[in-house]
Amino acid sequence: MVVSFSDVVVVYDNFPALAGATFEISRGEIVLLQGPNGAGKTTLLRACAGLLPIARGSATVLSCDLINDRYSVRNKVGLLGHANGLFHDLTVEENMSFWSRLIGASNQDVKTAMQIMGLSDRLSATRVANLSAGQKRRCALATLIVRRAQLWLLDEPHAGLDTQGRDELDKTLRAAREAGATVVFASHEIDRARNLATRSLTVAGGLVTES
Amino acid sequence: MKSDSSTRVSRGKVVTAVFLKDIQIELRSRVVTNQVLPFAGLVMVMFAFALDNDDVLQRVAGGLVWLATLFSLFIIVQRSFAIDTADGALDSLRVAGIDLSAVFFGKAIALAIKLIALEIVLICGAVLLYRVDVSATGLVLLVTCVICATSGLAFVGTLYGGLTAGAKGRETLLPLLLLPVVAPVLIAATRATEAAFGSGGAQTSEGWAWIGLLAVFAAVFGVGGSLAFGSLIDE
Repeated sequence: MVVSFSDVVVVYDNFPALAGATFEISRGEIVLLQGPNGAGKTTLLRACAGLLPIARGSATVLSCDLINDRYSVRNKVGLLGHANGLFHDLTVEENMSFWSRLIGASNQDVKTAMQIMGLSDRLSATRVANLSAGQKRRCALATLIVRRAQLWLLDEPHAGLDTQGRDELDKTLRAAREAGATVVFASHEIDRARNLATRSLTVAGGLVTES
Repeated sequence: MKSDSSTRVSRGKVVTAVFLKDIQIELRSRVVTNQVLPFAGLVMVMFAFALDNDDVLQRVAGGLVWLATLFSLFIIVQRSFAIDTADGALDSLRVAGIDLSAVFFGKAIALAIKLIALEIVLICGAVLLYRVDVSATGLVLLVTCVICATSGLAFVGTLYGGLTAGAKGRETLLPLLLLPVVAPVLIAATRATEAAFGSGGAQTSEGWAWIGLLAVFAAVFGVGGSLAFGSLIDE
C-alpha cells in the first residue's frame, strides 16, 4: 500500500479536521477526493505529505510511519496545494533551476519537465508574475515532474486552467501513473475528475468513505 | 531522468541555491536599492536635522548608523520571507524534504550581503553628513565591527523572520520580537563604531572588547538559529 490510514485524527486550529479517517491507496492508482468545502480534503493531503501531526490512529505513507516520523516521507511526495510554490520575481526557467538544484536534478530533467508542460518556448524566459493563472499552475506541476515524486498530492489541480491546460494536466497525471507514481487529488470538477480517476473517495465530516 | 525524489543533495548545495535565489530576486526586484536604501538615507538625514549640531552628530554618529541599519533590517527581513510565503514556496521547501538549517544559512548569507551593502552606504553617509573621521586602525576596527554585527543581525533576523513568516500581524510582530533581542548588537556595534570614529575622544583600542561581544552573539544565533529554524518553520 502506498497510503494506509486507520482511524486517523488530525486536529487543525483546535478542530478535528480528520476524525477517524480510514482508507488505503495502492500503487498506481489515481484517486479522486471529493466532498464539500471544509470537509477535510486539504487536511488529508497535507497529512499525507507529513506536514500535519497526527493526533491519533495509525498512518503509513510510502512505508514511512507518520506517527513516529512525519519528516522522512517528505522527499518522496510532491504536494501542490492552492498556492503554486513559485517565486514571482524569477522566470519560469529560473524557478525550475532553483528546485532542480535543491533536489539534485539535471538540466535535462528540467528541460524534459518544461517540454511536458509546454513551458519550453518563450514562456521559459517569462517572469512568473507575468504568467496567467493556468501557466503558473503548469509551471508548478513541472516542478513536481522534476522531483519525480512517488506520490502526487494535488489540491484542485484543474483550478485556473483553460480546457487545453486541463487536458494537458490529465495527460500528465496519466503519464505519471504509467511511470509508477500514485496520484491523489481533490477536485470540485466532478465530471472531468471522475474520467481521470481510477477510484473516488468521499471526504465528509472528517471521515473518508468509498464513493 | 536520472534522479529520483529520494536523491539527497549536500547541505552546501542547498545553501548556495537558496542564497543565489534570494540575491537573484533582489537584483530583479531592487527592493533594497530602490526602497530600503532611500529609507535608510532619509533616516540619517532626519537625524541630522533633528540634532542639528556638528559636535553632537559626530559623537552619536555610530549609534545613528546602527539605528538606521536596524530600522532597515525589519524591512529587509520581512521582504526576504514575503517572497517565500507569497505563493506558498515555504511550504514547498518543507515538503521537498531538504535540510532546513541549510535554508537558514542560505537566507542569512543573502541577508548579510544586503545589509553590508546598506551599511557601506550609511557609513559613507555618516562621513559626509556628520563629518566623522576614520583613521587606518579605525578602519580595520570598523570593517571587523561591520562583519561581526552584520553576521549577528543576519542570523537573528532570519531566525525571527522564519518565526513570524506565517503569523498574523507579522509586520508589527517582527519589530516587537526582534528589537529587544538585537539590543546587545546595537550597543556593542555602536561602541565599537564610536571607537573607530574616535567619537568623544574614544580610542580605537577600546572598541575591540565590543567586537568580542558581537562575535559571541553571532556565534550563538548562528548555531541556535540553524538548530531551531526547521522546527519554527514547521510549526
